[in-house]
Amino acid sequence: MTWTWLLPMPILLALLGAGLSLIFGRRPIIQRAISVTALSLILVVAGALVYLADTQGPQVLWIAGWQPLGISLVADRLSSLLLLVSAVICLLVLLFSLGQDQEERLRETPISIYHPTFLALTAGVSNAFLTGDLFNLYVGFEMLLFASFVLLTLGGTGERIRAGTTYVVVSLVSSLLFLVGLAAVYAATGTVNMAQAGVRLAQLPPEVQQVIQYLLLTVFGIKAAVFPLSAWLPDSYPTAPAPVTAVFAGLLTKVGVYAMIRTQTVLFPENSMQRPMLVIGILTMVIGILGAIAQSEIKRMLSFTLVSHIGYMVFGIALDTAAGLSAAIFYTAHHIIVQTTLFLVAGLIERRGGSTSLNELGGLASASPVLGALFLIPALNLAGIPPMSGFLGKAGLLRAGIAEGNWLASVGVGAVLVTSLLTLFAMAKVWNRAFWQQMPLVENEDGKMVEAGQPLQPSMAVVAAVIVAVGLSLTVLAGPLYGFTDRAARDTRDGGYIAAVLPEGVH
Amino acid sequence: MEPNLTLLLVSGFLIACGVYLLLERSLTRILIGILLTSNGVNLLYPLIAGPARRPAFVNLVPADEVTDPLPQAMVLTAIVITLATTAFLLAMAYRAVQVNGDDGVQDDVEDAVIRRLAALDEASQSFDSGVGSGEPGEEEGGDFFDVEPGPLDEAPDDVLDDDEDDDADDGEPIGSEKAVRVSSDGRERAADVTTDIKEAQR
Repeated sequence: MTWTWLLPMPILLALLGAGLSLIFGRRPIIQRAISVTALSLILVVAGALVYLADTQGPQVLWIAGWQPLGISLVADRLSSLLLLVSAVICLLVLLFSLGQDQEERLRETPISIYHPTFLALTAGVSNAFLTGDLFNLYVGFEMLLFASFVLLTLGGTGERIRAGTTYVVVSLVSSLLFLVGLAAVYAATGTVNMAQAGVRLAQLPPEVQQVIQYLLLTVFGIKAAVFPLSAWLPDSYPTAPAPVTAVFAGLLTKVGVYAMIRTQTVLFPENSMQRPMLVIGILTMVIGILGAIAQSEIKRMLSFTLVSHIGYMVFGIALDTAAGLSAAIFYTAHHIIVQTTLFLVAGLIERRGGSTSLNELGGLASASPVLGALFLIPALNLAGIPPMSGFLGKAGLLRAGIAEGNWLASVGVGAVLVTSLLTLFAMAKVWNRAFWQQMPLVENEDGKMVEAGQPLQPSMAVVAAVIVAVGLSLTVLAGPLYGFTDRAARDTRDGGYIAAVLPEGVH
Repeated sequence: MEPNLTLLLVSGFLIACGVYLLLERSLTRILIGILLTSNGVNLLYPLIAGPARRPAFVNLVPADEVTDPLPQAMVLTAIVITLATTAFLLAMAYRAVQVNGDDGVQDDVEDAVIRRLAALDEASQSFDSGVGSGEPGEEEGGDFFDVEPGPLDEAPDDVLDDDEDDDADDGEPIGSEKAVRVSSDGRERAADVTTDIKEAQR
């Protein structure tokens, strides 16, 4: 029995859920039930796709049977793994935000638009991961971008409009560049199907290939926020509500990283551009983390660590070895979870301490030990303290870098080490100033000095604890997961993807 | 395939004008820039479809006389997306005018604060207080800025260059002393503004 009908389900379920939850905008309970159901179903489908991709090879579906002209959906190990992780994250973040909007419904979050938009974002992310067609990838990007525009400017406050402007304009420019790149791909090869374009691009003169490769990598570099193109990210993410920032940080940049992996392995397997990519990876790591250290606002600091850790993935991709790619995929899965967790916890800190500025926080560890644990575990995980998954991912990257052996890769290995140390430093700075020291007092309406903030909402804390546990479980599952990412990396490098999409040699 | 030079030149001209407008600060001009650039980019698709021939009706027109329909399908998608973009940007520009009194793109306050801290070259607060004093938490954010007149008054021009909107009630010009605190109570103030506007709308 063929299971390829599962392939469009993550996209369709999310879109259907978005439509239904928009209809039930005035009935919060029904709306929540719809979004939770849709995301749970997507999670199940994603799990099934991971299993199928691993046991039966890449699953391919040509929509409406227009082979090879139409749009193909492909779930190989790489895309199904990222789909599964993103489904887990989306579900948990939505559950987290249920707690938040109980409290903040009137004040900040217009709930009726939040759920449909969130589901549209999920649909866009799923589409981007599953598609085997470059133009459909563009459509996936646009879906998630438009949903993210709405989520980022939720409520339309002055600060969010300001942050949103930067984000929207940069995203639109990158989309326009993507369109130029697509036009170039189609003009050069007569197709926008990735597998087909990969076969045909290889026969073109190297100059033509390079122009297209630079164009696409620039586009995905903007989406993924690699160093010279990263300035928009710390400027725009921190002002959004915590669950929104969390899901952006976890997923949106990783879609860019995923597209980079596909570009490098399917479209241009011959030209790895190892040197420029390594240099970009190293600069992203080091400059990102130096930016993080300078911050005194937790969400901004986390945005900078996000940029910095994208550098790790670029480093793994740049090595252009199976080991490097495998470690990069593992690191992507790890980082989606841990970065989302940290942003959610930043939301909890904002609640408990009344601010996310280190200048106005203090004493949280004694005021709320639970919050302390919730922050400390993912923070150490991010910095790469053994035996957590951050350490395992970094160890994989280090081994791949050392095995590569040339001097630039060795510099990269050094950068990986320095960056983890500086990440630990940045996290220690947050810990020292927000969790130790004395809690500052603020004046309340009666003129008395009281502690700022309000108690934690139990459901939010529980969801945050669950997601911390998911992050820790990656340590336990690291063996099988590394086996899986090894196979995924081999798939993408030995032409298995192209063979699966174009079985009869339709070139 | 012979590329159509006219389309290419028109496309290049539109993109050049668009990029020029994109570099402006006013959101409305950025919007026009995005529109021009999108149209310029969209023109590339008729270009790659090759010379114009007969429409693609299956079974009515012989296959070898048909213009390539795929780029047309793609550019239609792109045009629809441009439409949505325009709508969203217009809404955002309108909202920016409602909140700030003008639609200029503003500088990031937090960024300016950090740049100023770097220019001052002071030791960080955690360095001062963490070692010996024992009562570290009582130092409030940025209070030493309030003692001296804002050091930003002598800050480089690029920090200050949108000072024109002094009359705006939410978009605090960065040169003012209050700007330091925007990062902390900006959120509450923003929430206040939202509630005010909501009430006004009722």
